Amino acid sequence: MKEINMSELEQQFQAKIAKDIKIEPKDWMPEAYRKTLIRQISQHAHSEIIGMLPEGNWITRAPNLRRKAVLLAKVQDEAGHGQYLYSAMETLGESRDKSMADLISGKAKYSSIFNYPTLSWADIGAVGWLVDGAAIMNQVALCRTSYGPYARAMVRICKEESFHQRQGFEIMCTLMKGSKVQREMAQDAVNRFWWPALMMFGPSDADSTHSQQSLDWKVKRHTNDELRQSFINATVPQAELIGLTIPDKDLKWNEAKGGYDFGPIDWEEFRQVISGNGPCNAERISARKNAEDNGQWVREAANAFAEKRSAKKAS
Amino acid sequence: MNSIYKYILRIADDSLILGQRLSELCGHGPAIEEDIALTNIALDLIGQATSLYEYAAIVGGEGKTADDLAFLRFEREYTNVLLVEQPNGDFGMTIARQWFFDSFRVLFYEALLTSTDQQLAAIAAKSLKETKYHWKHSSEWLIRLGDGTDESHARVQKSLNYLHRYTEELFFMDEVDADVIAQGIGVDLLALKPIYDQKIEEVLLQATLELPTNNWKQVGGRVGKHSEHLGHILSELQYMQRAYPNMEW
Repeated sequence: MKEINMSELEQQFQAKIAKDIKIEPKDWMPEAYRKTLIRQISQHAHSEIIGMLPEGNWITRAPNLRRKAVLLAKVQDEAGHGQYLYSAMETLGESRDKSMADLISGKAKYSSIFNYPTLSWADIGAVGWLVDGAAIMNQVALCRTSYGPYARAMVRICKEESFHQRQGFEIMCTLMKGSKVQREMAQDAVNRFWWPALMMFGPSDADSTHSQQSLDWKVKRHTNDELRQSFINATVPQAELIGLTIPDKDLKWNEAKGGYDFGPIDWEEFRQVISGNGPCNAERISARKNAEDNGQWVREAANAFAEKRSAKKAS
Repeated sequence: MNSIYKYILRIADDSLILGQRLSELCGHGPAIEEDIALTNIALDLIGQATSLYEYAAIVGGEGKTADDLAFLRFEREYTNVLLVEQPNGDFGMTIARQWFFDSFRVLFYEALLTSTDQQLAAIAAKSLKETKYHWKHSSEWLIRLGDGTDESHARVQKSLNYLHRYTEELFFMDEVDADVIAQGIGVDLLALKPIYDQKIEEVLLQATLELPTNNWKQVGGRVGKHSEHLGHILSELQYMQRAYPNMEW
């Protein structure tokens, strides 16, 4: 009897996926679907929160008042994105505390790109232009993901990300119109961030362990390689427009496929960085751990205060 | 340089330096919600500083820009109060510093609304709305920490004890103030003091905290005599402008 019910539920679920009807928190869903979403949404949330650090690194040194304000607003948006995404994750029954503990213990992953350092002001431009540009490719597709709360969070996030990408590109434009030292600073940033940005889309389809099932469930709507290609196609003309050179000698337009061919990605570097051996992995996790540890007494105080007040009201 | 120019710079420098201090915390707050709140306050303060420096640049009439004033003066030329340059410390210290400042700033901007200087009155009107939110945020946290756990109470009390010495300077007045008050432009801070004391007392009562009995007061910021902290703040703030002079960013 029970088995029959389960298979009916499963069929209803599959029918919704087939018809592009969103799955909502109270709907039945396969356990594996729930787990996949928890993994993906929490990774995404962690990426937003860890992503605040390399950019936050330049707020106090931003070169003028306008840039300082824009960067503050941008990093604040990232915190907001983290907040909506953790909320979307909580609708699946996973707590934020547990998720944060997994991040600090190294069990949970986040985007490999944030393990690279921001060494100059131009890196803030490159991060906005390339990293947010790559993130948008992923996120626009995710606005149509099958899980309702995730899709809705992505719609809101995409609006802000496209502003971030534009401000990054605008920083690069300003630098390229500037002095020799500014143009060199911009090119150096592109040299360092180009390949890690391409790695953000994840392993090639042939090597991606979670891809097929996620596509079937419509959690993912495009493969890693498709998204990477779209990103390259969109970004190369922008670089050419302002006189930046993409650091890939194999890059060339392929008329037949209507896209750029590009050189081999160093997947060994990618594996090293996601397994903890990137230039800043230890710093990023330790900054997050310090914030958690230093905030412990504050969160305890807030809870104790709330309890006192509700006890007062009750009496 | 005329008094109104100096007067605007004092207000602007308070906003800039506190905004810069809060910016250091971005990504390191005790909870995501607080990261967002503190960053938002920093953003408001940088915005206020920008409006004020833009106006000071016009009043100064030397062809300088707002960025020149914010980034290219020497340490002794900044005239912010000592309170805003004090380090962030723990969250209790950050909140206590913010609360002392916000309690003053709300009253100051309210009084500046009636300035005969239209531009200053307009900046005050916009800034007052923001500052009321800042004050609500810092007061609520002060109460939460004061009346939270034993540890939070002890920590925030210690921060109040430390920072109290810098609060008298919020009411510092000299010939610059006398001059702008005479023109109906500036605020008579002496008149604000009793209201401030009462405002502080009301929150402290709810927070079960108290001001220290040691009444030692430290001043100097308004006339460019700072703590050792300011030089380090400026070395970060000014880094790009000093390392790469005369460039557009």
